Amino acid sequence: MELLVYGIINSITLSLISLGFTLVYSISRVPNFAHGALYVASGYLTWLFLNEFLGIPYLLAILAGVIITSLVGAAIYQFILVRIRGMEISEIIATYAIGLAILEGLRWGGLRGGTFVLPTFFAGSINVLGVSVDYQRLIIVGAGILTFVILYMFTRFTKVGLAFRGIAQDERAAMMLGINSDMTAVLSLAIGSALAGLAAVLLLPLGNIVVEGGYNVLVFAVAVCVIGGLGSWGGVIVASFIIGFAQILTEYFISAHYQMVVALLAIIITLLVKPSGIFGKQKELEERV
Amino acid sequence: MRKERIDRGLKVRTQGIYAITSAREILYLMGPRVLLIAGLLALPFVFELAPYWKKVINIMCAYALLALSFDFLANYVGLVCLGGAFFTGVGGYFAAIFNVELGIPIWISMPLATIVGAGFCTLCLLPCLPLRGVYFAIVTLMYPLLFTRIIEALNILGGTNGMTGVAPFPNAYFENYTIIVVVLVFLFAMRRFVNEDVGLVLRAVKDNDQSVRASGISVTRMRIIGVFIAALLGCFAGAYIAHLYMWAGISLFALDFSIIPIAAVVIGGGGTLVGALIGAFILVPLSEILRAFGTFRIVIYCAILTGFIVFKSEGIMIYLQRKYHQFERWVKV
Repeated sequence: MELLVYGIINSITLSLISLGFTLVYSISRVPNFAHGALYVASGYLTWLFLNEFLGIPYLLAILAGVIITSLVGAAIYQFILVRIRGMEISEIIATYAIGLAILEGLRWGGLRGGTFVLPTFFAGSINVLGVSVDYQRLIIVGAGILTFVILYMFTRFTKVGLAFRGIAQDERAAMMLGINSDMTAVLSLAIGSALAGLAAVLLLPLGNIVVEGGYNVLVFAVAVCVIGGLGSWGGVIVASFIIGFAQILTEYFISAHYQMVVALLAIIITLLVKPSGIFGKQKELEERV
Repeated sequence: MRKERIDRGLKVRTQGIYAITSAREILYLMGPRVLLIAGLLALPFVFELAPYWKKVINIMCAYALLALSFDFLANYVGLVCLGGAFFTGVGGYFAAIFNVELGIPIWISMPLATIVGAGFCTLCLLPCLPLRGVYFAIVTLMYPLLFTRIIEALNILGGTNGMTGVAPFPNAYFENYTIIVVVLVFLFAMRRFVNEDVGLVLRAVKDNDQSVRASGISVTRMRIIGVFIAALLGCFAGAYIAHLYMWAGISLFALDFSIIPIAAVVIGGGGTLVGALIGAFILVPLSEILRAFGTFRIVIYCAILTGFIVFKSEGIMIYLQRKYHQFERWVKV
């Protein structure tokens, strides 16, 4: 029972982490290697607001942190990526470099040690199916499901969301119908970064804000997206449940050190067996050479 | 007004049989190459009185090798490798295993570690080679992190302390000249290689994989060759560093080995091979000067890197080549 409950929590955690990455990739085709950095930066910003401006409500600090992160994401596209759009090598290098700059800059600025902790929303825990789960994890599950529902509604029933899907499916046809490709990409990066920020403020109260967290988040986000099929939404959910449960099982039966090994093994097996990922059917021909 | 660029007459003459007609043509053709070779070979003597900087030369050349490997992989095979540290780590650990555990002398353990390590790296990267796009970047990004974790978790190969007691070089000149000669040999070998038949096919893989496939050539096989060669360079750098520091540890998988070569290639000019060397020769001494800044150096590299990619994507080498071969003038349109 413990495995089931924590498996579900871990899976939703993973899908929260990787939602932003897959959103950006599916819409603007930019692999956002700065994703992990934005995650850490958002947590740090929230911490900063909370501790520098004493008296500011926690909710407001979170809001400010997430909004600033999303602005940073938009700025990254608007000022840097737009100039190298379509050059895959440059895109990868540039986003990776930006991410590294943010992470190592934070490390240099003093982001190390155990002093950077966000408080949990509500202290205490509750029994779920005979397993004691603290409120923060319940909130994560709730927020994760809510985010999915909102995103689903957004991409199905709003004009901007439909434009997103149009660009994701066929950029040229969408442009012909008057959808601004660059504008959509800016928005997608803003939303993707906001999702990274949201994941950060939800997950970081469970641990410290550390720079290494950024690398881990990036690796897991990428793993989930590759296994689910790059740019596929349903794939993200399924893949995060696969990896999430695989991780909990290895942690339970072998050792916690192997979490990343599990992720990499899953990637390699996926690439060998079904390179386009579980749900990447439509782009199968494109991915395989 | 617009800028017009015209090839120098000298350049045109040296392309054909006239290249050997006069001393001037020969000098024009040989000058830059000889300058690079002689300059690099003379470097240890120039810094004879500064032992610290003689050490920097070694590291600089090791990074140059890594940059060369990145440049080859990115601009001739079309695979972006975000984890050059994977190659150095594997090379370094293999060298340490061969030298410490098996007692193989240094002059055999280094080449052996290079070849075995390159084979190992290629094997590890094999699953993502039939695919295009970002998969290679993703997987190479993960490998250095993964191997660090595995070594820490299993406490194998010396665990977090690393493997000590790797045999050193006989003296400082061997240290310097081993790497300098290897860099030069690899540089000119690579320049030749990319214009051979195999190299041309590799470039075709980068530009249009479907047409390569249509010609009945296996894209995966060509990429295996490309990755193996790039891994050779990286693993040699790793093995060399292990012997240089007499130690192989998880810092061989450090981020520096991944990011500095990328920055060096972007600054030096991607696709020129020499540019990778020049970039490393600029960045590594710079990083020694900035040593006091700690991890802030990585921020500086990244800023330079992004700046160059966005605003000056051709890089130094291509700029210099243009100035050397062409003259520019403003003409009225």
